[in-house]
Formats: sequence, C-alpha cells, structure tokens
Amino acid sequence: MGLPTSPESLYGLLAEFEQPDDVLEAARKAYAAGYRQMNAYTPFSVEGLSQALGQKPTRLPWLVLLGGIVGGGAAYFMLYYACVISYPLNVGGRPLHSWPSFIPITFEMTVLGAAFAAFFGMLALNGLPHPNHPLFEVPAFSLASRNRFFLCIQVRDPLFQLEQTRRFLEGMTPRVHEVQP
Amino acid sequence: MSRRKRGKHPNVTHQNDTSTLSSASVPLGSPPVLEPGHTFASVTDKISSIVLTRKTSRGWIFGFAVSFTLMMAFMYATAYLFARGIGIWGTTIPVGWAFPIVNFVWWIGIGHAGTLISAVLLLLHQEWRTSINRFAEAMTLFAVSCAGLFPLIHMGRPWVFYWMLPYPNTMDLWPNFRSPLVWDVFAVSTYFTVSILFWYMGLIPDMATLRDRTKSRIGQIVYGMMALGWRGSAAHWQRYEVAYLLMAGLATPLVVSVHSIVGMDFASGIVPGWHTAFSPPFFVAGAIFSGFAMVMTLMIPLRSIYGLEDFVTLRHLDNMAKVILATGSMMFYGYSAELFFAYYSGNEYERYVAINRILGPYGWSYWALIACNVLVPQLFWSERMRRNIPVLFAVSLIVNVGMWLERFIIVIVSLHRDFLPSSWRMYYPTVWDFTHLIGSIGLFFTLLFLFVRLLPVISIFELRSLVHETDEEA
Repeated sequence: MGLPTSPESLYGLLAEFEQPDDVLEAARKAYAAGYRQMNAYTPFSVEGLSQALGQKPTRLPWLVLLGGIVGGGAAYFMLYYACVISYPLNVGGRPLHSWPSFIPITFEMTVLGAAFAAFFGMLALNGLPHPNHPLFEVPAFSLASRNRFFLCIQVRDPLFQLEQTRRFLEGMTPRVHEVQP
Repeated sequence: MSRRKRGKHPNVTHQNDTSTLSSASVPLGSPPVLEPGHTFASVTDKISSIVLTRKTSRGWIFGFAVSFTLMMAFMYATAYLFARGIGIWGTTIPVGWAFPIVNFVWWIGIGHAGTLISAVLLLLHQEWRTSINRFAEAMTLFAVSCAGLFPLIHMGRPWVFYWMLPYPNTMDLWPNFRSPLVWDVFAVSTYFTVSILFWYMGLIPDMATLRDRTKSRIGQIVYGMMALGWRGSAAHWQRYEVAYLLMAGLATPLVVSVHSIVGMDFASGIVPGWHTAFSPPFFVAGAIFSGFAMVMTLMIPLRSIYGLEDFVTLRHLDNMAKVILATGSMMFYGYSAELFFAYYSGNEYERYVAINRILGPYGWSYWALIACNVLVPQLFWSERMRRNIPVLFAVSLIVNVGMWLERFIIVIVSLHRDFLPSSWRMYYPTVWDFTHLIGSIGLFFTLLFLFVRLLPVISIFELRSLVHETDEEA
C-alpha cells in the first residue's frame, strides 16, 4: 500500500485474516506482546475477540437501567401530577391516586426510556455516527463487511515501531496494509 | 436449549481456507436452518445482490403497481372521509366501533409475530429465526403503521389527534389516564417506536455491507449514511450485542403488554361479550397466531421469487406451522372458555351474546371462524402437510381471514345486540368500509415491496454468524 512512510504520518498497520479464529489468535498474541491501542474488525461478532483485545465489558446495561428508571419515574410522576394535583376528578368517590390504573402507562414508558437508552447509548458509546474513518481509505477494508477479518495496531500505541510491528504482524499473515490518517 | 444443538449439519468439512459447508446428507425429518455449501462471502453476495445488482423484475413492478393503486384508493377514501365525516361508513349506534376497530386489532395482531420472532426466539436461542427475523420485523413495522391509522381516522376529528397526548395546553386538560383507550395510545406508539429502533439497529451492520458492496455513488452515500460509519470493530460488536439483547429483552414484555392493553380496551367495557378478564391473554395468543400466518403468507412467495430457499428452508416453514398449530389450539381453548364463561356466569346477557354469536344473524361468521381458526390448522398435525408448500400457503391465508372474522365477531356481533332489544340494530358495512380495509392492505404491500427492493430482506451479518456456528459444529 503505497510507499513506506514514517510512523508519524500513519494511523496504524492493518493485518488481514481469512478466518475468525486467526484474528482471535492474532489478537491474543498482540495483547501478549504488550500492544494495547488496537482494534479488530470483523463481519460479524466473533466470540471472545473483545476480551482477547483487553477491552472492558461495556457499561451499556447501566445506561439502559437508568433509561428505564427515568422513563418509568417520569411517567408515574406525570400520571400522579395529572390525576391528583393538576386535575383531580372525583369519579364515584374512587381514590385520586388510583395506582393500578397507572401501571400500563408507567410500564410502556419504562420500556420506551430503556429502549432509547439502549439504541442511542450503543451509538454514543461506539462514537457513531462517524461517517468517515482512516480505515475506509484502505481498499481491502471493504471486505471487513463481507468475509475478511482485520486487526489494526495503531501508531499511538507506545510499543508501536513501524518495522518491528510490521514484522510482528507479517509473522501471522502475509497481508499487512498501512493505514493513512 | 443449547444453540449448538440446533441446525445440525452432518458431514460438514472444511475446504482449504474458506469456511465452506460441503454438501450434506440431511437426515429425514430435520431439514437444516441453512442449506449447506454457503460461505461468509456467498451469503453476503447472495442477499446483497437482491438489492444491488438484480434488475427490477416485471413481477415486482406489477405487484407494486397493484399495491400502490390500492393505497391510492385508501388515500381517496380517507380524503372523502375527512370531507364528509365518519357517516360514510356503516358505523352507527349501537355499533359505534365497527370496521376501523376490527381492522386496527387485526393489523396490530399481525404485527406481533415480527417482534416475537426477532425478540423472543432470540432470547430462546432459536437460531432458525435468523433468516426470517428481518422480514418479520419489517412486517411488524408496516402492520403497526396500518393499525395506527385506523383509530386516527376513526376519531371523527383526526386533526386534533394530539389531544390524546399529554402536553401542556391552554385548555388546562389532561387525557383520562384511567382509560384503556389512553393506555392504547401509549402502548401502540411505544411499540411502533421500539419496533423501528430494533429494526434499524439490526440493519446498521447490513447497511455497512451494502455501502461496501454497492457500485453506485448514490448507493454509497445513502447506505453510507444509514450505516452511520459502522466499522464492525470488536468494541462496536461488543456493545452492539449487548444492546441488541437488551432490546430483545425489552421488546418481549412489550409485545405482550401491547395486545393485552388492546384486550383491556374491550375487557373494561361493560358490553356483554367484552367484559371478561381473560381477554388480554386471549388477544395475545390470537395475535401470535395471525402474525405467524402472515409471515408465512409473505415468506412463501418471497423465497421462491428471490431464490431464498437455501436460507428460508422447509425447517422454517415447518416450525412456523407448529407455532400456528399451537396457537390455533390455544384459540380453540379460548373459544371454548368463552362459551363456558357465558354459561357459568349465570348472566342472561352474557348467555344471550354467546348464543347470538353462534345462532344469530351473524352466525355464519362464527362458523366460518371455527372452520378457519380451529379446524383448518389441525392439518398441521401431519408432518407431510407441514412440508407441503401449497397447503401451508392456503392455510396461512385462511388463518388471516379467520382472525379478521374473530375481531369482527368480538367487535360487531357483541355490539349489535346488547342489553336493550329496543336498541338492537343490524350493521352493514358500506363500500368505504371495504375500501379502507382493502386499501390498508395496499398500503402494507406498498411498504413491503419498497422494503424488499431497497433493503436486505434477510439479516446478512446474522447469516454470516450462522455460517460460522454451523461450521464450528462440524
């Protein structure tokens, strides 16, 4: 991929694999070699890949819990406020705070809040939308959504040394691409 | 049940460097969830080619034209309705809820299968769902769109529909939050929103695939924007999987709640035949029943037109037939329980409604209902029938009709003779009632045709994952 360049003008080195197990193995080796600023790119979720790269489990479930609590709490507050404070309506002497009839709407809003948190939380934590990225400039990378598996070690990793890292990756696969920033 | 145990592929071998499943001798009685011989590349190319490289076929243009015409009829009828008021329908006291509410309940029931297939079966690790979930989710979305229109146009003054929503207003009023009809507003709009989010989330990685595959500049831009910059990194996938699973977990109780609330619309009324605590579960079972029937009605032609027999195999059709048989039997239980409750209540009005349903002026609809929903699905006890495509297709159509009749009986037959014989009246639909019903089917199919042409009908990334899993099993 182009002329060899100095590390400063690169985003990283991208190694291409044909099998999910190969990229998993490569990720384990790279982690063992001390690399941390790296990521793998696969056409589907490969089990264990995230752990192999040393990524922490996502905090998304907590966000979703929060979204559900906020949605449900806001709904119940609205129902209470409307039926008891803002517009109290005496229907045959029944209690104003008739909580059983508040449950369906509270439930629906809980689900809505949690679903919004799951969807938008996933996008936000993933840094999406992010239409452009250095990786998209590598022609081979379009196969990351088809049948190829990639491991990218970034220049900003303290251990990154262009020649050494390239030799390390080439030890596992013949196809190593340079990624321009 | 372990997901590895499902979808067995005997005699699967590795072929050099690509993950190929070589031809397998499938044991009789368990067709695979994915025909053998597929690789990551082949499933990707096959599904994306439907959208990207296949020419728009004459059949598609014809089908779209017919659906679009029917949709235009719906628009025309709606314009006329807005100009003249709901008097153009046969709706009149005592049948104040007529075709529009029958159609609403029918459509929303159809929608339920999509969420059930994509969420409940995901949580249960039923990997056969993979090939049909995207399509079923789209079906949900379009069915709920059709459903949502009916209460709106039935309101008489649809331009003030927002009065149903709680918002600060100068009238200083709130909706009546103790009414199931207001619960319905929340349930249906939440259901629609969550269905869109779930469906779109499933589409993101496939949009990235199309972005990378398409040759056209416009395609790259549009699919690229819809993919939101998806790169498929390990970190992306990790959060994505968690989010997808949580959404499925949220959608599962949601789908039950939505049709339960629709059931409560009826149960909380005092009309004999409605006022029963068992409406919510009965409605949910009916929703699953009709939804699976609709998925089958649509999937059978789709798989043969687009050559998707490898992905939507006999196994899928067989499983869906089993679900139809099971829920159809639940419906039979429901109909029996309904009669028993009427008898055991000791309430003469309840008893009369039950007798009137069977022997009254609309008795034909009850017998047609029993034939469509109870007798015909019993064919599926036979394995040969569950594998016979014309039979499957015919039964699915009959079930769709049967479920429409069920709502007709619940809504109209209950209302037309209630407490006072002096207020009894027959209900006769007008041409506009039928135009709206058939027109909504046109709207549904217009959206489906567009979906099939512009977006991948089968979840590509989940199929790649399925290839990997079946490959690993070998």
